[in-house]
Amino acid sequence: MPPFARRGDFWSGVALAALGAYVVIQAHGWDYMGEDGPGPGFFPTWYGSAMIALSLWLVASTVMKPGAGGKRVSRGELARALGTWLAFVICIALMPVAGFLVAFALLAWFIVRFMAGKSHRLGFALGIGGSVLFYLVFELALGVGLPHGLFF
Amino acid sequence: MEILQGLLQGFQVAMSPTSLVMCCVGVVLGTIIGVLPGLGPSATIAMLLPLTLKLDPTGGMIMLSGIYYGAKYGGSTTSILLNVPGENSSIVTCIDGYQMARRGRAGAALGMAAIASFIAGTFGVVALMLVAPPLARVSLAFSAPEYFALMVLGLTMVVLLAGESLPKALLAMLGGLWIASIGTDLFTATSRFTFGRVELLGGIDFIIVAIGVFAIGEVLGSMEPAQPAAVLPVPRGLRNLMPTWDDMKRCRFAFANGSVLGFLIGCLPGAGSTIASFMSYGVEKAVSRHPEEFGKGAIEGVAAPEGANNAETGGALVPLLTLGIPSSSTTAILLAALVLWGFKPGPLFIQDQPQLFWGLVASMYIGNVLLLVLNLPMVALFAQLLKLPAYAMFPLILGVSVVGVYSNASSQFDLWLLAAFGLVGYIMRKLEFPTAPLVLGLVLGDQMEKALRQSLMMSQGHLSILFRPIPSVLLVLAALLLMVPLFKRFNALRLRVLDEEA
Repeated sequence: MPPFARRGDFWSGVALAALGAYVVIQAHGWDYMGEDGPGPGFFPTWYGSAMIALSLWLVASTVMKPGAGGKRVSRGELARALGTWLAFVICIALMPVAGFLVAFALLAWFIVRFMAGKSHRLGFALGIGGSVLFYLVFELALGVGLPHGLFF
Repeated sequence: MEILQGLLQGFQVAMSPTSLVMCCVGVVLGTIIGVLPGLGPSATIAMLLPLTLKLDPTGGMIMLSGIYYGAKYGGSTTSILLNVPGENSSIVTCIDGYQMARRGRAGAALGMAAIASFIAGTFGVVALMLVAPPLARVSLAFSAPEYFALMVLGLTMVVLLAGESLPKALLAMLGGLWIASIGTDLFTATSRFTFGRVELLGGIDFIIVAIGVFAIGEVLGSMEPAQPAAVLPVPRGLRNLMPTWDDMKRCRFAFANGSVLGFLIGCLPGAGSTIASFMSYGVEKAVSRHPEEFGKGAIEGVAAPEGANNAETGGALVPLLTLGIPSSSTTAILLAALVLWGFKPGPLFIQDQPQLFWGLVASMYIGNVLLLVLNLPMVALFAQLLKLPAYAMFPLILGVSVVGVYSNASSQFDLWLLAAFGLVGYIMRKLEFPTAPLVLGLVLGDQMEKALRQSLMMSQGHLSILFRPIPSVLLVLAALLLMVPLFKRFNALRLRVLDEEA
């Protein structure tokens, strides 16, 4: 694999060029200029084209200067951040079933126990304490509805 | 006379019990989040925005603005005590503030930061009061082409100042424009980029993107280190919080420099408080009789940037309230708040909403006094917040983000979007893409497209309408600003060649 292909700038440039191409292709299906003036395809055509041009510029500058254009990614750090994100996604998926209070308590427990390496007891204490706090502040005091599940 | 009447009316609004409570809550919250590294005013305002929508708009705006300028006060605390900037705008304060703390003058540095913030913050409010109404009258001459050009200029300045890489900043802004165009086109009812999802027909709410990119992205980034964040040490012995009279005399010019420069830079859409604090520090060092002391604990090196980043707040509200143009990501969220409440920030805003405008101005006077009272004696107490461990803080931020988004429309789909934009925010941080242009592109994109299409409708498709005097000047300015990095690069290259030749 060439050195530039290990750089985030290269792949972000490729992805954004693809997004720009998608925008322009979609915009091509809408009116560019109608009788009353510009149509819905007018603006996306321009910014989509600009996106393609700038992305290709980013890709080209990364290819021409393989030493520059972003830091190397630590897999461990990435795994921790993505693990937290995955836990957050699972928490959201749980909400229609278990409700916010249970899902949040589980998320807090996961972060405290597995991300911070603290004890189960502390994790559960912070999770349950946090849920109670949210219930008291938002549901009771402010009257803001929290996501409800089948039982809570 | 008109200003005095307005101010009197404003104080009547700001002195009402509700407004006072909102002001107190805002400045205390702002100070706390300013002290906490990693949690900025934009994320906090974005998180709290859906909750304030149920409040009276004046009270809500007073609270959100309190968070905005309160965070500027609090941001200096960790810069001075721990060399960790609480806010981006407090980065410069680390240079001399932390050196003062190492020399046992942490109290004087913290006190000076609070006093400079008070003086410059008050100057910013006075200037806002005097400059905003006439500027609003001038801007009444603006119609669709002028607005389009102004928005291009605003976006251009943010793009320039957002990061080191111009293509990345521009790409982030274009990403924001794309998100802004998701949904139904208001001119023709064509659905654009909805991927067949009914939920996307109404577009993507700004709040979801802002909370996702700022708050969730920030948490994900902070979760990276393998070692859990350690409890930060809180220095003891801050008995003497007040700077000496000699310190005050040394900082006379720094107060004036920070106030004026901070306000003027704040008025420019896109400049921001970080630039203001850097510039005032540079000017202070350039005119100082003791430039050699800068970087080693010069008290002027704390007063000037702290003053500038607070005066900038008043300046930033001028384009926001009179032209409807946000000058930073935080003011972009304040703009979104005003729009969500049903207001139209722009030339007619002061005329149409005198209660809100003057109430906000008066509350800022009160807020600045409150902040001085809070910050001088309570600095040591606020520093205790640093003891809150990250593993307790991050789940709370995630929880508040979920509640903030869900309370807006009670939609599970919005929560999925929140998670998606959280990941986008994290990836942008990893790839060093600035997030401010994305948010501003999103906020201004819709209006910019509308203004452009209205302009072209007026001229039956001829671009010549954009070459009227005001739009021409603004577009030329935007083009010149876009070329600044090229000039800088050329100059750096020229200097390097000269160095090598020498």
